[in-house]
Amino acid sequence: MNQETLLVGLAGVLAAAAPIIFAVLGETLSERAGVINLSMNGTILLSAMGGFAVAYNTDNVLFGFLAGMLIGALVALVVAFASITLKQSQVAVGFVLALTCRDLAYFIGNPYMGQAGPRLQALPIPILSDLPIVGQLFFRQEAVTYVSFIAIYLAWLWVYRTRPGLMLQGIGEKPAAAFIRGANVNLMRYIYTVIGGALIGLAGPAYSLAIRAGWMGTISGLDGIGWIALSITIFGGWNPARAAFGAYLFALLQWLGLVLQPVLTQVPSQVLQVAPFPLMILTLLLVNIGNAEWVDRTLAAMPETARKFFSKLLRAMRASPPASLGVPFDTD
Amino acid sequence: MNVALKNIHKHFGKVHANKGINLTIPSGTIQGILGENGAGKSTLMKILSGFIQADSGSEIILDGKPVVIHSPADAIHHGVGMLHQDPLDFPPMRILDNFLIGRSSGGLFPNRKEVAQDFNRLAQEFDFSFDPDNYVDTLTVGERQQLEIIRLLWLGARILILDEPTTGISASQKIKLFATLKTLAEKGMTIIFVSHKLEDVESLCNQVAVLRAGELVGEMKPPLDTSTLVEMMFGKVVTLGERQPAKTGDTMLDLQNVSLEDARMKIKNINLNVHAGEVIGLAGMEGSGQGMFIRACAGLTRPVGGRVQLKGHDLTGKSYHVYKNAGVNFLPAARLEEGLVPGLSLTDHFVLAEQPRGIFIDRTAGEKLAEDRIKSFNIRGTPLTMVEALSGGNQQRAELALLQSPLSLVLLEHPTRGLDIESVIYIWGKLKERCRQGASIIFISSDLEEILQYSDRVLVFFSGKVSQPIDAANTSVEQLGQLIGGKGWPENGGGSHA
Repeated sequence: MNQETLLVGLAGVLAAAAPIIFAVLGETLSERAGVINLSMNGTILLSAMGGFAVAYNTDNVLFGFLAGMLIGALVALVVAFASITLKQSQVAVGFVLALTCRDLAYFIGNPYMGQAGPRLQALPIPILSDLPIVGQLFFRQEAVTYVSFIAIYLAWLWVYRTRPGLMLQGIGEKPAAAFIRGANVNLMRYIYTVIGGALIGLAGPAYSLAIRAGWMGTISGLDGIGWIALSITIFGGWNPARAAFGAYLFALLQWLGLVLQPVLTQVPSQVLQVAPFPLMILTLLLVNIGNAEWVDRTLAAMPETARKFFSKLLRAMRASPPASLGVPFDTD
Repeated sequence: MNVALKNIHKHFGKVHANKGINLTIPSGTIQGILGENGAGKSTLMKILSGFIQADSGSEIILDGKPVVIHSPADAIHHGVGMLHQDPLDFPPMRILDNFLIGRSSGGLFPNRKEVAQDFNRLAQEFDFSFDPDNYVDTLTVGERQQLEIIRLLWLGARILILDEPTTGISASQKIKLFATLKTLAEKGMTIIFVSHKLEDVESLCNQVAVLRAGELVGEMKPPLDTSTLVEMMFGKVVTLGERQPAKTGDTMLDLQNVSLEDARMKIKNINLNVHAGEVIGLAGMEGSGQGMFIRACAGLTRPVGGRVQLKGHDLTGKSYHVYKNAGVNFLPAARLEEGLVPGLSLTDHFVLAEQPRGIFIDRTAGEKLAEDRIKSFNIRGTPLTMVEALSGGNQQRAELALLQSPLSLVLLEHPTRGLDIESVIYIWGKLKERCRQGASIIFISSDLEEILQYSDRVLVFFSGKVSQPIDAANTSVEQLGQLIGGKGWPENGGGSHA
């Protein structure tokens, strides 16, 4: 493989990860507030179809993206209402929504199957795109990919560096403690779930109007992405930056599966197609190794300086779910 | 700040939790609020801290001005800060972030440097040592309290309410807490100290109010008279009774050169011989090894060396179920997490504990059984009451009622933590009954008075070291306190021999 193909491939990985990143960031925000939005897989399909349909009918890509976000926000609103106001099981509601939205997407989307519609064009950034290597990797992308870079940074900045972001962490962790510190827990949960839903809804049109332009119904290949994004959220430790890393890793593994096919001819192609999934789990398990009991024991046996270094490292890598994830909050 | 509560009433449905309470607390006072569990202390404090609102007609007056407190956040604006019994903080987050969350000013991006300066200044002022970049879950309950105190002060609290602050902290942390509270009171802070522990109230407060069944039944200033206070709390005279030395029988539990180890510490070569009918108290700061020791006695932790024998049978390395079948029962400190199953009723619990065979449940028999136990253990609840709806004292009674019979060895972790004196006496009465039937008891407590009152011998734990068994009749709170704090240990430390 020459340098040119490698760069094009890696730039493709960055682009392919963009929709997953939107979904993962949206889910991260929602779960940080304590609400699991399990509808993600259906939401992505419905917003992909809806976004494409709106863009097709208005001939405006921007309207398509807005429609996708609106769909995501509305589905999330249903999740929020059922779980926060009605105090129903988030898992049950989310799961049913995931199936309903998927079937709805296939049903409503039937007339748009295989139609040629508008799509986002590549948007090379002047000057920066002419840089060697870096320019080719990062600055000859589509607009959604740039937005995904910015979104990762903003989400991370919000959660870890702003006052409302710290409170967001608190709301998902121990709502009672957040409440005595002045947070309107249930209102915040509504807001973050809906914003998170809008981000998840951005993933759909990011596919249907850019990364895999068009609506192909059941063979769009989008079914399942939402579930992957859900597990990346979990393994990403509810940290936007780590979750984004997970998304890139997944896109990279998928790409490797493709490019290695002609090289590793003795390996059945199905193995390479499926390999990203278990590899993903394995990598993320390794990242979360600090949670294991035997690691604690090994650490205890190490000399002081090494122990301090490793325990700090592992602590930074460790992830635990927001303690009140999925638990309704009452002020008494 | 001067606090005046006037005619505070609060109804929860039919329950009249506060019945016209009037209380005036001048600035600089450490006000003790005494009362047994369910006397209405918590309700009154929740009203003052904004968690709930009093019925109309009630008045809260701060520095002469009537105020309405809508929420806990509103309370802190009025200068009222509350320290909850279980610290309301965020364990997986950094100490500085914890400190920071909830300040209503400071912009979108808080100035961490400035906040860290404030934090370090406050911590230094009270001689607390924290690394602001460390995580809260590495702190003890006592340190989390300290963190919460400086946080509330930083937010401008001028009234500090502490709800049972001495449960779950070590003796030395308690001394530090009391010193801090006294300093704060001297500076004009108003401290409200809610407790059912008489000795704490006596050593700290300069004004005490006693609540009983929702009413303020009496007030007292030092010199405080214990028996009068107890009489006010319970409406009758309650005494601990005489120490009852054990009539010891044969060897029940025999530990030979047992060594224990976990990620944090190692305990080497423990030798202990527990006789039937004997009570062994384990003292020490939280996390000094006594938790690991009691779990090893229960078969939950496997010793890395040595032998464990029960009534002459070797149980070394056997599983918890073998221990359980041999008559060893363990009641952990976290009642609702490890001891009882929230969401199941009392009947369900008794059925689970006593009808282990068969697929179908005999409901009628179960309810009958539950009714009997509820009566004989004096549990305030019905067979259909969910365990989480019981008060702490009644949960503990339920756990005792669940113990199997006959028993060889009862292991208890903080058996009376958070309970009022009447429940304590009741529970120990039941436990001593087990001793007379030939069971041995090993228990952990942070209450040295309890250890001296009820145990025959005491083991003191200090950072993985175990003392010789000390005869409880020939020692004092002071002596134990020194050992707990790490003073008076032989140089070589190490194992103990009985």
